[in-house]
Amino acid sequence: MNRIALKMLTGDRAKYIGILIGVTFASLLITQQSSIYDGLLARSYASIGDLGQADIWVMEPTVDNIDDIKPMQDTVLERVRSVSGVGWALPLFRGFIEARLEDGSTQNCIVMGLDDTTLMGGPPEMVEGSLADLRRADGIIVDERDARGRKGKLAHPPAVKGGERAPLKIGDVLELNDHRTVVVGIARTNRSFMWNPFVYTTYSRAKTWAPPRRKLLTYVLVKARMGEDQAALCARITATTGMKALTAAGFKKLTLNFIMENTGIPINFQISMFLGFLVGTVIAGQTFYNFTLDNLRHFGALKAMGAGNGLLLRMILLQALMVGGIGYGLGVGVAAAFGLAVGGSELAFILSWARLANSAAVVLFICALAAVLSIRKVMRLEPAVVFRS
Amino acid sequence: MSATAITLTGVTKRFGAGANVVTALRGIDLEVASGELLMLVGPSGCGKTTLISVASGILDQDEGACVVFGQDLKAMGVAGKTAFRGRTIGFVFQAFNLIPALTALENIAIPLLILGRPRREALARAATLLERVGLAGRAAALPAQLSGGQQQRVAIARALVHEPRLIVCDEPTSALDHESGTRIMELLREVALGPERALVIVTHDARIFPFADRIATMDDGRIVRIEAGRAATAATGSPP
Repeated sequence: MNRIALKMLTGDRAKYIGILIGVTFASLLITQQSSIYDGLLARSYASIGDLGQADIWVMEPTVDNIDDIKPMQDTVLERVRSVSGVGWALPLFRGFIEARLEDGSTQNCIVMGLDDTTLMGGPPEMVEGSLADLRRADGIIVDERDARGRKGKLAHPPAVKGGERAPLKIGDVLELNDHRTVVVGIARTNRSFMWNPFVYTTYSRAKTWAPPRRKLLTYVLVKARMGEDQAALCARITATTGMKALTAAGFKKLTLNFIMENTGIPINFQISMFLGFLVGTVIAGQTFYNFTLDNLRHFGALKAMGAGNGLLLRMILLQALMVGGIGYGLGVGVAAAFGLAVGGSELAFILSWARLANSAAVVLFICALAAVLSIRKVMRLEPAVVFRS
Repeated sequence: MSATAITLTGVTKRFGAGANVVTALRGIDLEVASGELLMLVGPSGCGKTTLISVASGILDQDEGACVVFGQDLKAMGVAGKTAFRGRTIGFVFQAFNLIPALTALENIAIPLLILGRPRREALARAATLLERVGLAGRAAALPAQLSGGQQQRVAIARALVHEPRLIVCDEPTSALDHESGTRIMELLREVALGPERALVIVTHDARIFPFADRIATMDDGRIVRIEAGRAATAATGSPP
């Protein structure tokens, strides 16, 4: 009877397509919105991921996200190095420094000052030049997105109004807080939550260029010794230095929680996802229910001919599963195509297995809900209905 | 005529409750023998459809007994009655009730599929029945591609495919013109009736009365008259 059930479902093309559209729409909206949401949140801790070699981040105790810049005294670095279990500990400057462009306009940049000796904490991928070039006088590495293209914030301003921006090249000079700097490399970084251009240089140079402050050490990057319990090491660092020490995962979580608690992003996306669920449920549920109502006479005939409630239940569930499966596949497919299409653009998009499973569960719930309404009607159906003309 | 197919004793059926109660059947006593074609006739609302619903185990009577091929239907549970219907009874409906998305062949195979027979076997048996009702060439046709008479032939084939012992027909010719109706009745007598099988037909259509062995006339929930049909008199040689 499975084939009969499926042929009954697909026989009425208009209703079949209507149900599919409902489920597809729900699947698409839930998957796409949740993927954009994940992509957006992942950007909040992109810099932590880019600095993958550090196990532990040490920071001022009140820091609550990666961009909450509260520098520490340089002496903290030595105190961290003194803690047992620390393999190495390196300084990292992260702060805003103003760049002046050729046309006189200014642009606030996030400057990452890397340990002069090891250059640990550099960009994950170099497009031009090499990280070691940072050792050249006044050297900086600029993010590819900011160096090139129409939206390149550090690219050369157009010669004439409305003209094209010329890309920033190796050897070009850029003024950072009234200091002459030279572009020695172009890098590719993961897009951050912040819109400011990323500039990499050495720690000592960054301190020179930054506006004068008593404290300039933003983070201490720590590598734990092999086999060291990282949570215990964090506790020891905090006990020794009085600073906050978090594993990379812990720092990501802290940043994520800050975004969740202090921005409207989660609630906005949750509303979108809920609307997708609601609209999908209403369209799919209503159309599926109408389909069952239209076929009530046939279900009655099947009952009269000896089909029990169990058999009819299986038929309806199979129909619901089929539209659910196809609708889910179509929705996820369109969402994935959307993700591919916007890859590399400003739009954040991460389609994870967890989100696919999540969408599948929601679509299954929608179909189950639609089926339950129909099943109740069919279960209560008197087969005598077939004798009414 | 041989064994008794249906025995109804004092069958009463009411619908509704309190002041709105409607008594559809009032103490019906009736026997239908195997090999017999009984027609139930009477004005609209007299209880014909309720009677075949009770006799086919679709409705439970409130009083009296309904025994079909030795089985007391009321004593069976809902599932038991459903299974009994599936094995023992074939239905031909006024509106044919063919599933529009299925081909003629698939529609005919439904009772066998409900009984759990393999699809291939069910379709092979359905093809045989389709040939018997004269539609061998229309196996792949959808109901919408068939005439009314052809659809009713398919419905008859569906009612017979699992070799039930009782066929219940509700106004099988009312949606058909005279010629098609006559053909359908000829077909029913020819392929549906057998020594081990009984046919009960509810009809308003006086044109098909000659095909009956007996005609039971109902009025206001009672059987007011049972008379031999022309088919019976033709068989016995006595006048109606």
